Amino acid sequence: MAKAKTNTDDYLRMYRQMVRIRAFEDQANQLYLSAKMPGLTHMYSGQEAVAVGICEALTPQDHITSTHRGHGHCVAKGAEFKPMFCELLGKAEGYCRGKGGSMHIADQSNGNLGANAIVGGSMGIATGAALSHKMLGDGQVTVCFFGDGATAQGLWYEVMNMAALWKLPVIYACENNGYSEYTRTEEIAAGSITARAEAFGIESFSIDGQDVLAVNRLAQDLVARCRKGEGPFFIELKTYRYHGHHVGDINRDYYRSKEEEAEWKKSRDPITGFGTWLQSEGIVSSDDLVAINDEVRADAEAAVKYALDSAYPDGSEVDMHVYSDTEHALA
Amino acid sequence: MREITLSQAVNEAIAEEMRRDETVFLMGEDVAEAGTPFKITSGLVEEFGTSRVIDTPISEPGFVGLAVGAAMTGTRPLVDLMFGDFLFLVMDQLCNQAAKTHYMSGGKLKVPMVLRTNLGATRRSAAQHSQSLHALVAHIPGLRVALPSSAYEAKGLLKTAIRDDNPVVIFEDKLMYQDKAPVPEEEYLLPFGQANILREGRDVTLIGTSSMVQVCLKAAGLLEAQGISAEVIDPRTIVPLDEATILDSVRKTSRAVVVDEGHRSYGVTAEIAARISEKAFYHLDAPVLRFGAMDVPVPFSPALEDLTVATPDQVAEAAARLCRGEMFHAA
Ligand SMILES: Cc1ncc(C[n+]2csc(CCOP(=O)(O)OP(=O)(O)O)c2C)c(N)n1
Ligand SMILES: [Mg+2]
Repeated sequence: MAKAKTNTDDYLRMYRQMVRIRAFEDQANQLYLSAKMPGLTHMYSGQEAVAVGICEALTPQDHITSTHRGHGHCVAKGAEFKPMFCELLGKAEGYCRGKGGSMHIADQSNGNLGANAIVGGSMGIATGAALSHKMLGDGQVTVCFFGDGATAQGLWYEVMNMAALWKLPVIYACENNGYSEYTRTEEIAAGSITARAEAFGIESFSIDGQDVLAVNRLAQDLVARCRKGEGPFFIELKTYRYHGHHVGDINRDYYRSKEEEAEWKKSRDPITGFGTWLQSEGIVSSDDLVAINDEVRADAEAAVKYALDSAYPDGSEVDMHVYSDTEHALA
Repeated sequence: MREITLSQAVNEAIAEEMRRDETVFLMGEDVAEAGTPFKITSGLVEEFGTSRVIDTPISEPGFVGLAVGAAMTGTRPLVDLMFGDFLFLVMDQLCNQAAKTHYMSGGKLKVPMVLRTNLGATRRSAAQHSQSLHALVAHIPGLRVALPSSAYEAKGLLKTAIRDDNPVVIFEDKLMYQDKAPVPEEEYLLPFGQANILREGRDVTLIGTSSMVQVCLKAAGLLEAQGISAEVIDPRTIVPLDEATILDSVRKTSRAVVVDEGHRSYGVTAEIAARISEKAFYHLDAPVLRFGAMDVPVPFSPALEDLTVATPDQVAEAAARLCRGEMFHAA
């Protein structure tokens, strides 16, 4: 693996953030399986190096837009477990006061402009945030996360055109996990995805999304270049989701094999891979990693318990936040 | 008082707000040097430059999406959508993104953007350039909808819209762009949710929106000649709707005719008539009547198109029949 950061604290933080995402998702999955979570959710497990590698290159003020598979981006951009689990369960202390749920989860105070349940729906928002930052001259960068499936949305081509024309500080980060829902990417994407961005004159990259240091090194470089006005950029990150499309997608042999899943987990896991590298470089011992894992898991369990015990929003909140200047829209 | 055209009023509103607040910017197709096909924004690029008066590609979902993201991150976009008919192209960005962001974020994010567009038939422009689609967006909680009926309203409502922290859609009647009305030199704003009583009367209330306000005023004149005293109300905004002014009037006159240029079915007239029926039923002496655009795509031929929009004669005739008690058993 490449060396992107030389600071041990940074390495450990990246490792911990990836473990936090995995732990969050394992708990979320359990909440679903034990019928304690309303609705469905899309697990990010397997893709941790993408969110963490990129978000670690950003400041809290830099913006991101996220997707239906958004828990990983949310954690990586600085969110805490308790308000996240509260949001997942529709509780009042959730980041969105229980109004968003899994598909709209975001810690807005850390620059997350929201997860989005419309595939590709946030491509305009991210590009517009970049336009704002360019106009305000504040040097901030916006990262637009989306999946391979979202590259089929026309909106992307409209906004890439404008981003390129106006040199906007935006990075389009396509997490190519090989599937959109239950369909292989090859069946829905003609030609090359990077070539599409290149057609607009956007400098494009295709990298291993399982290698957190490689992702982070590229992200740091592109973020710095964006701040200098050299954006936009496009990155395709090759990755894999471990769970089904959503938690209810359990019998999935018809579209992908158990062997394929096992192979990715065994030889391409971003957390194991990074942990092995940290040890081989003598940065940590295996005991250190076990301690991090245990601590994070205990945190996640405690946050779940907290969220399960915490209150639902009062019914009177239902017509709040419809308009920003009207306390109750229907009063 | 000086008289200016509706188009000049809009131009003044934009210029004043852009001078007042440097985060306000304008974008759309041909808004800069060309000043839009209707020549409404002429002169603005000369004063504010191309960084604040931005010509976009013909990418309606794209630039409306950009506006949503820009609005969420510190600027205040004013988007020009060349024809109201193009709303169908931007529905996801407007209705799934802009309208819901404040709510889904539990009140944490705001979307202070304005979408300026138009409505109105009889310009011989056929079915895709003549629709009045304001009911479509009025149906979506989270959006505000303003319908100026003269140059005076156009200026005052647009200035209020630009200062509103919520997404606002404002529809101008494209047939009225060259119509003059008295507009004060001094700055003024018109509050949302406050209807205007243009004419007081005793026997029947005519509620007209946008292009139909003039139709109602002319109908009131015709009725006066027959000894019938009609009150004319312009709601000015349909979201929020000044229900109280409408209900007070109907309680006084006991009769109501609602006139709007959107299609008759499932639209604004139905909504207002239903509210009157629900809340002033025992004050009514006759059923509430409605005029909307005929439920057909707008035809091109003048011989056909003119049949699709309510006329003063039709409105006056219906109101007179109401007053004579002839509509109790209307088929
Ligand atoms: C506009 C739209 N169409 C369809 C869907 C249903 N849907 C939800 S996720 C998804 C697949 C998205 O695939 P991809 O972009 O690759 O993201 P991934 O799920 O792999 O993370 C689909 C089709 C949707 N939410 N929005
Ligand atoms: Mg995918």
